Amino acid sequence: MAETKSLEVLIKDAKTKLDAQVREVVQWHFSPDTGTPFWLDKAKEYKFNPLKDVHTFEDLRLFGTFEDEWLRGGPVQRWIPKGYAGKPAYVFETGGTTGLPKTRIVIDDFRIDYEMMSDTLPDKYFPKGSNWLMLGPSGPRRLRLAIEHLAQHRGGICFCIDLDPRWVVKLIKMREIGMANLYKEHAIEQVLTILAGGHDIKCMFTTPKLLAALDEALRSGKLEDKFRQLGKKIPAGGLKSIKSAGITGIFSGGTEFTPQFTREAYEEMLDNGDVYMTPTYGNTLMGLACSKPICPEDGFKISYYAPQPRAAIQVVDPKNFDKLVEYGQTGRVLLTTLTKEFFVPRFPERDEGERELPFETYPWDGVSGVRTFSEFAATTVVGVY
Amino acid sequence: MLHIPALRLGKPYTSLNKTQLVHHVTGETIAEVSQVNGSQIVRDISKMEEARNELQAIPMAKLMHMVKEAGRIFATDSLPCGDQMQSFDDYIRNLSSTTGSPMVFCRRNAGKVEYVLRNIDTIIAGLTRGLDMSILDTGHGTQDGRTLCFVPTCSSFGAILPSNSPGVHSLWAPTPALKIPLILKPGREEPWTPFRVIQAYLKAGIPPAAVNFCPTDHAGAGEILRGTGRSMLFGDSTTTDPYKNDHRVELHGPGYSKVLIGEDKIAHWKDYIDIIAESIAANGGRSCINVSAVWVPSHGKEIAHALSEKLSKIQVRAYDDPNAELAAFANPDVPDRISGMIDNLLKTPGATDVTEKVRGTPRLVKEGRCAWLLPAIVHCETYDHALANKEFLFPYASVVECPQADMIKLIGPTLVATAITEDKDFAHVLLNSTNVDRLNLGPIPTNRLTWDQPHEGNLFTHLYKQRAYQQSGF
Repeated sequence: MAETKSLEVLIKDAKTKLDAQVREVVQWHFSPDTGTPFWLDKAKEYKFNPLKDVHTFEDLRLFGTFEDEWLRGGPVQRWIPKGYAGKPAYVFETGGTTGLPKTRIVIDDFRIDYEMMSDTLPDKYFPKGSNWLMLGPSGPRRLRLAIEHLAQHRGGICFCIDLDPRWVVKLIKMREIGMANLYKEHAIEQVLTILAGGHDIKCMFTTPKLLAALDEALRSGKLEDKFRQLGKKIPAGGLKSIKSAGITGIFSGGTEFTPQFTREAYEEMLDNGDVYMTPTYGNTLMGLACSKPICPEDGFKISYYAPQPRAAIQVVDPKNFDKLVEYGQTGRVLLTTLTKEFFVPRFPERDEGERELPFETYPWDGVSGVRTFSEFAATTVVGVY
Repeated sequence: MLHIPALRLGKPYTSLNKTQLVHHVTGETIAEVSQVNGSQIVRDISKMEEARNELQAIPMAKLMHMVKEAGRIFATDSLPCGDQMQSFDDYIRNLSSTTGSPMVFCRRNAGKVEYVLRNIDTIIAGLTRGLDMSILDTGHGTQDGRTLCFVPTCSSFGAILPSNSPGVHSLWAPTPALKIPLILKPGREEPWTPFRVIQAYLKAGIPPAAVNFCPTDHAGAGEILRGTGRSMLFGDSTTTDPYKNDHRVELHGPGYSKVLIGEDKIAHWKDYIDIIAESIAANGGRSCINVSAVWVPSHGKEIAHALSEKLSKIQVRAYDDPNAELAAFANPDVPDRISGMIDNLLKTPGATDVTEKVRGTPRLVKEGRCAWLLPAIVHCETYDHALANKEFLFPYASVVECPQADMIKLIGPTLVATAITEDKDFAHVLLNSTNVDRLNLGPIPTNRLTWDQPHEGNLFTHLYKQRAYQQSGF
């Protein structure tokens, strides 16, 4: 009979793995043979030796905090570890509405991250072999390729739309709300065309705003209209909900995933949970964090857990990043990425949330109630798509 | 803790997302208000055609009776407010506590809402200029020998409401009587009046699906304006500007209301100081129908001084003082910013805060977590000074000298103009003007309304349009 480990042991094991990952990744990025040009250069400024002085996750404090400005501008090759020289690399961007966007190189990380995430998806709602719809940003973003890879990894094919969030941000800043809404309709129109195409799509990625927009379009009969335009027969029971359109599982993301939105989605868009939805928290720097299953009993609280040991989330005092807040207390999200492709020690995210306890599935700290850090909230445009 | 739910299709909805309302003096939390998402509002708006059909099925005579009864209920009955019952006096106290508006103002403004509901037939006759109401039951009819047919412009009417003065609720209150469902977004600090009016409607028998109370955020307000066929939006120019070319949205921004004195009456300016002062300071100077500029052909300095002498007697009083004449600001940062802006603009030569000199004390008064702004009359030497055409949330007005012949082309958009003149030529110019919304000829304070005439837009022509109609053998 297999021995069941206590939570305490699981937490200890996870920490051991995290420390080992820290040692391996720091050795890789700072070794003269395999190291990353950016970090090898940076190490010249340090009063410590990363190769000798970093043994545990806590030792990462020696690096101070990671400044996202370092990711703006090139040459982007300075982020490719020598150990990976010559391998085909992608560059993914974030932001970019004004000034230079932040860039990150990726070789295989997005595939690894999403394959790991795939293991958390219930096959009942995300059937293997089924086709996917990617209703999210396109262009120089990781997400589009990552979702496509997820679909392929699960044996399906991914249908995508064109969606440029930078244009939406511009419209909002110009207070061209009508145009922004037209652009949203343009995105949804593309989706309706795909759904009417008979591709047997069962799974989708979407953001909260686009999920709501799709629900609105379906409820107002736009998919049925599309069927009529194409001379196709409307199935018995109609096509006026996400469930009746054939979707069984939704993988979604966005910091504006509040408990109230999640409840609305569960109760009013997804037929009281008949369509399964799993929110995620992620970005180009980290990969993605999975959430505890959402449910009414938990007040639709969304708690995210990073894919340790490849990345770790800490919830810290906004005025002292070395100090974790107590469980249940609010703090700023401090992110660390620990892969051989990309090393990001202690990056202060633009988000805040409440520190969550470890549990058996994820025996390390999580974060709930993620939202834009209050000091940035007034000046940040979030959730544009 | 008092909890005010949203009302979706008339049914209470408790959200996981609630805002807190605090007492403007003590900071104590008075209530929580459930907030709905914009996408929930969109979903409810999609059901408004059915709600309109329910209203349409009620004959106008019965509907008018219901609304009149709602007026009585609003002013006399204890009504549900979340899980508690709220008397009219409790309502006034709560309203005052979260908005900073003195109880005496709240009671007076609630009286306007009650008046509109109780006299809905007079109000609607004013809006429709005496249309036979049965025409709205059948859709068409004959009046004075003419065939008339009216068709609704929308399935629902949205209102993005302010917190500054409950009197504005009299503007949307007739909507159900015109057979159009309501989607209301209350002001953050003032859920009280719209919620109570809706409760009165429900008790009087208005169909629940036709009255929606939707506390929400900025994005949710945008969904109301996008989704309802017709709406009204209160706010400053930053809020209203994006909708200035959208005929579906009736804008209620700053009024820039004015008193103009003609050359024929300027020698008697002292006779009009009382009505000008009332126009500036009534209701704490917070309404768009309060005067923000006095345009005169001469005697500007003397008029500014006389107004200042009168208005400098206004003092800060507690919110429950029956003699209160000023509203406190629920957010004490706001008066700080307003006063700072005025001081900054006074640095441009050519303007003087006469009232501050007469009073001898600063206009900004702070006490605990509250702040008030005492009246300010600013004399401007030229009409193009930056302070000549400003509007603030307290008794503020500029006094500007300008030749009578130039006044109407220089005053700019004006919600209410009281022109003190008997000069027929000047009156003719005023009657021909396109920049004055409501015109009073003679010494009539701008804050006094005649309820049998439309004001600040015409709700009926916003909600209905006339249709050409013929029938044969029908």
